[in-house]
Amino acid sequence: MSARSKTAGRNWWRHLILILAVVFALVPIVFVVSAALNPQGTLSSTGLIPTDGVSLSNVGDLFANTPFAHWYLNSIIVSGSAAFISIFISAIAAYAFSRFRFAGRRVGLMSLLLIQMFPQFLAIVALFLMFSEVTELWPAFGFNTLSGLTLVYLGGALGVNTWLMKGFFDTVPKELDESAVMDGASHTQVFFRIILPLVAPILAVTGLLAFIGTINEYLIANVFLTQPENKTLAIGLFGLINETNRNANFGIFAVGTLLTAIPTVAVFQLLQRYIVGGLTVGAVKG
Amino acid sequence: MDAVQTASRQRSPGYAGTSLTGLVVRITLLGVVAALAVWAVLPLIGARSWIGVGVVAAATALLFWIYLTPNKRLPLKYLVPGTLLLIAFQIVPVLFTLSTSVTNFGDGHRGSKDEAIVSIQTASITQVPGSPEYDLAIATGGDDTLVFILSDPATGRYWAGDADGLKDLVPADVQKGLSGKITEARGYTILTAAEAAERSQEITDLAVPVDGGGIRANGLSKAFKGTSSRAYDQACDCVRDSVTGEVWTADPETGYFTDAAGQSLPQGWQVAVGLDNYTRVVTDEKIRGPFLSVLWWNFAFAILSVLVTFGLGLLCAIALHKERLRAKFLYRTLIVLPYAMPAFAMLLIWRDMFNQDFGLINTMFGLDVGWFSNPWTARFAVILVQLWLGFPYMFLVATGALQAIPSETLEAAKIDGATGWQAFRRITLPLLLVSLTPLLISSFAFNFNNFNAIQLTTGGGPFAAGNSSVGATDLLITYTYRLAFGGQGAQYGFAAAVSVFIFLIVATVSVIGFRRTRAQEEIYR
Repeated sequence: MSARSKTAGRNWWRHLILILAVVFALVPIVFVVSAALNPQGTLSSTGLIPTDGVSLSNVGDLFANTPFAHWYLNSIIVSGSAAFISIFISAIAAYAFSRFRFAGRRVGLMSLLLIQMFPQFLAIVALFLMFSEVTELWPAFGFNTLSGLTLVYLGGALGVNTWLMKGFFDTVPKELDESAVMDGASHTQVFFRIILPLVAPILAVTGLLAFIGTINEYLIANVFLTQPENKTLAIGLFGLINETNRNANFGIFAVGTLLTAIPTVAVFQLLQRYIVGGLTVGAVKG
Repeated sequence: MDAVQTASRQRSPGYAGTSLTGLVVRITLLGVVAALAVWAVLPLIGARSWIGVGVVAAATALLFWIYLTPNKRLPLKYLVPGTLLLIAFQIVPVLFTLSTSVTNFGDGHRGSKDEAIVSIQTASITQVPGSPEYDLAIATGGDDTLVFILSDPATGRYWAGDADGLKDLVPADVQKGLSGKITEARGYTILTAAEAAERSQEITDLAVPVDGGGIRANGLSKAFKGTSSRAYDQACDCVRDSVTGEVWTADPETGYFTDAAGQSLPQGWQVAVGLDNYTRVVTDEKIRGPFLSVLWWNFAFAILSVLVTFGLGLLCAIALHKERLRAKFLYRTLIVLPYAMPAFAMLLIWRDMFNQDFGLINTMFGLDVGWFSNPWTARFAVILVQLWLGFPYMFLVATGALQAIPSETLEAAKIDGATGWQAFRRITLPLLLVSLTPLLISSFAFNFNNFNAIQLTTGGGPFAAGNSSVGATDLLITYTYRLAFGGQGAQYGFAAAVSVFIFLIVATVSVIGFRRTRAQEEIYR
């Protein structure tokens, strides 16, 4: 300890806090890894460290016994397109809220926040009745289609994300727009050429938040997708450990969890340099 | 206020006209809109839904009106796409919920009065001596609906019958096998015995309406024409049983047919109950008691979730906020890992880690605690799970905010003789709170309705003995979920009223919170 504190010097308390936090953060993840490698694949035989040897048999079982690859692809398609489109929709709305002054602007901003606070799950009854009709009329967007599910997720495109973006857009000095307009730019050119490149950090952050939100969404997807091959990761994995199979399927569930984390970690690493700056409104000085 | 707006409107810059590329893009997109509109309208015309046609036409006209005029209605141009989606998939469902909150919509009260009468009549169809019998084949129509293919052995006639009624079939379209069973019918798919057995419940429930009764299946290969013993009588607005002579009178207040002794038929209809659902929350002792006990825990849960995650996140951010700290990148990467794990799956993993018999927590510390069977350990457990799931996000947020605080401010404080703690307490923290309060409030609002955090771990439990309606860790939203979809019969109308209360509570707290922050000024500047 004394040798350690000498090298760490006055920063020992920082290391202490950080090591404790890292341990806390890692214990459940190590447990999941251990469960994924546990050849018996049950919850009751899983400890923090694999004791019965390690094997990849759970990975094989997951792909052999469930349409996991389908679920994975479905989740990537739905979450990817919903995140991408909703970020675009949200960004143009934030541009309007940040740059134009119009009647209903205050009310509009406040309503966006308030609507999100309504317990949405009851609306599922309404969505179900709505989409029973849609399935009859336009099967391409009905139940058991990824396009229909994506469309419902896009209904939430305007919301907290729009607020985050608007706050960030406000930090981009208006003089930039004005000088571009002097040079003969149209409002779309101002948006696409001037603003968008400057707000890349907040686009990265809100994109990530939207992606994480939809890949975790369970209630609506559960109503929408009923056929095994159509499911997303959230409903597919949840179905693996229902009451009867909770113990037996734990290993393959853990593998599924780890594989689900991969796209998020990848997006995260890709965008990391933007994220710290983008999460805080006004963190970039104009 | 108006003066300010007018002034800023005048200041807004005069944008240049659209470029050629802009024009091409705009025409292409409007072309796509027109094509989509035509595609969407055709099935609506087929279904004779003129209101639907009107809505599509109006939406298309609106889009053309907004986007065809250059440099006018600029805000609308940017707001319309998101707003249309918001209206269709959030506002309309919320309005629907509001409209059901003044009805008794739920199990036994799903449809109209006519539907309830039909359902009472078909449920009472019984076979009486001398009822005609038919040979039956179970089939499906085009969209997988169940169809009875019937043949009368005496006359040799064929029919197809579904919930809408009977339809004659031309004998040439029907093929019979050697045993006399119907094997093919043009336009229908005959089910095999195994396929039919899978849908046996549906088959038992199907009654093909005919004059004076209906045709029901009797097993999978015979059907009979029965008469309904119960019939609706317009004159007395009641249902009469012709066998027993009992009478149930329609009660427009409750949406039930009730007999003299106060007993109701199970099939009711949807009626408006005014504000009954709302007053029930406030006055009914059986509801108000649980509602209040859930409410205080709900507040505690949301506030604690924000406080502990922000506390630990901030602590880590401060610990890392030091140039040239050893292993800085490694620390940061590892601390944000929980944020990248799928939350729904990790909630289930945590649930199993708290398992009393083989959960990791008990084995690791050599304990034998039934975490989810005592109210206080269960509450502790769900907050701990919240901490794990939430602190990496707060860590990221706080790191960003710390970096935004100009270092000169802190140096000036140091020169003035402030200790590290004083500088943090008096300068860093207030500055952080100014920029982070909006995020903390939205985190509060999110956690107030954090359905997954409870439903996927404790499921609201532990429940007191003999009381399965309210558990110790129940949030209003999980409590309402059980009201709406739970085992004791769905009560959407009442659940909708409760969710209006939830909305009012969260919205009030959040609005007060926002008003009290200076961030408000910045947002509205």
